[in-house]
Amino acid sequence: MNNSVEIKNLDLQFGAVKVLQDLNLDIGKGEFLVLLGSSGCGKSTLLNCIAGLLDVTAGQIHINGTNVTWAEPSERGIGMVFQSYALYPQMTVEGNLSFGLKNAKLPKAEIAQRIKHASEILQIEPLLKRKPAALSGGQRQRVAIGRALVRDVDVFLFDEPLSNLDAKLRADLRVEIKRLHQRLENTMIYVTHDQIEAMTLADRIAIMRGGQIMQLGTPDDIYGRPVNKYVAGFIGSPSMNFLDGTIQNGAFKAGDLTVPLAGYDFASGGAVDGPTTLGIRPEHVTTGQLVSDAPIQVDVIVELIEPTGSDKLIDCQVAGHHFRVRMEGQASVSVGQTLRLGIDPARASLFDAATEERL
Amino acid sequence: MASERPNQLFRNGSAKIAAIPMIVTALFVFVGGTVWTVVYSFTKSGLLPRLNWVGLDQYERLWATRKWLVAIENLVIYGFCMLVLVFVIGFVLAALLDQKIRFENTVRTIILYPYALSFVVTGLVWQWILNPEFGVESIVRGWGWESFSFDPLYNADIAIYGVLIAGLWQGSGLVMVLMLAGLRGIDQEVWKAARVDGIPTWKTYIFIVIPMMRPVFITTLVLVVTGIVKLYDLIVAQTGGGPGIATEVPAKYVYDMMFQANNLGQGFAASTMMLVTVALIVIPWAILEFGGSKNRG
Repeated sequence: MNNSVEIKNLDLQFGAVKVLQDLNLDIGKGEFLVLLGSSGCGKSTLLNCIAGLLDVTAGQIHINGTNVTWAEPSERGIGMVFQSYALYPQMTVEGNLSFGLKNAKLPKAEIAQRIKHASEILQIEPLLKRKPAALSGGQRQRVAIGRALVRDVDVFLFDEPLSNLDAKLRADLRVEIKRLHQRLENTMIYVTHDQIEAMTLADRIAIMRGGQIMQLGTPDDIYGRPVNKYVAGFIGSPSMNFLDGTIQNGAFKAGDLTVPLAGYDFASGGAVDGPTTLGIRPEHVTTGQLVSDAPIQVDVIVELIEPTGSDKLIDCQVAGHHFRVRMEGQASVSVGQTLRLGIDPARASLFDAATEERL
Repeated sequence: MASERPNQLFRNGSAKIAAIPMIVTALFVFVGGTVWTVVYSFTKSGLLPRLNWVGLDQYERLWATRKWLVAIENLVIYGFCMLVLVFVIGFVLAALLDQKIRFENTVRTIILYPYALSFVVTGLVWQWILNPEFGVESIVRGWGWESFSFDPLYNADIAIYGVLIAGLWQGSGLVMVLMLAGLRGIDQEVWKAARVDGIPTWKTYIFIVIPMMRPVFITTLVLVVTGIVKLYDLIVAQTGGGPGIATEVPAKYVYDMMFQANNLGQGFAASTMMLVTVALIVIPWAILEFGGSKNRG
């Protein structure tokens, strides 16, 4: 019994609309799992099902080996943190932390001890007597995390907890959540639409679309070997370049570009002739002196430059497709200039043009 | 620079001009009328206002009149029951309606409809419903319960409760709609958080949701209380103050004195007493509510 949360054949329907379909997911003890997807993909719905805030149509949910499919949220051994913090505004921070515990009729000493412990971890001791209205967004979210922490549970659920914060606070709190996970070693399930949050926090990421999990794997897996074109395009910023073409005689052809696929690691068997899409990330295209090491070289004309400080993003055309390349921030390049790019098939991804599955 | 700072008096000039009629109305009609009434309450005015001073005579007479004492007592009973019950009924209806039920719009409209009726119509309708000859009592007796008796409007001891029923029927809908709007304004995630914390629904309402609805409660309170204090037309239509003087209320006393008994001085004294009572309630509350507003988050 190593799994903390097991989801078996989960279905959820609202009337005729299927929000989740035959969903299976096992989450190990102490694992940090991120549910990632664009809005409406069912990720928050799945989290609400795990929390017990939504009744499932079919299937089972097990937490710590117990079937909790029909248990009340408070009896499932979970703590939850919400996007809008959902603090009780009329109570002080201390009241917010203790209200659930008092209601569960825990001894006073135990409550005090748990609040002390949680507020130490989250560094909110000076705020205990204040009301939520007197706190900043980051402080409120810490209190909300504290409310989950004092419940002393094994599984934490986060529903886009950082989406209401500004960029800098988001980055700070992200690190804190990661630290918290390393310290507590609890199972955490985290919903987000922000791929940076997902990549930095997760042990494993589940990419969702249309109520189903498209790919479940480590951040490296998902970034390096996306199972289909959707995942490939969703992960990575700027997003992956796609070139439509065909495979002929073991080489990918698009317009005047030919890419021999000798170094490519096919998912099943080898190259099969037919229409194919080649995907390559802007950061995996080499420029400058490294070009000579790349198996494929192609000349392009620089159309647009977007400097971001650390990098420069170059817009150009390859085989009639819009193509972006990431260069070093210091690289000297100007619009209209001819640039030689190096492409390594080993770092590219090939997708079947019809099914969009990885080849 | 040639231009000078423009005169502050003329800033937003058109807006100030537009506000003048209302300012004049407020000053002359409300403040002026109030002062005038208070001044003439110390006179012996009969059919017409005259400045023949009698000191506190009108007030002494007022507090020695049984009709006035009954009126005050009725207002206290009606006011207290109305305030408590209209909030309880309105909130419970709103909470029930907030459960994502079907036909919510229909139900809400039906419950709000009585509020669209005037007090005169409400009074008449309930006068008929509570009439023993052809109202509830005769219907229940028609079913075979021969000894059934329900005629509040004909029993001086409980007649005011008959008026209360009509008032509740008319007023609950508005309170419900306001409360429903307040409930809808509560973040759904707060409910979720309370469920995860294992807090029962009723406790969530009392300790979390209702405190969050404080502004709505204050608005509703003001509406309900003003409705109670100016209670007049419902009484006239439903009971005419009867049986005897059992359902007299202060506003009706004022009207009767001024326009039926040709005793303006007495009417002014009674209305001044009403003003003082309202002021005694409102002023401390206003100081509490708005005085410390700078410290509020």
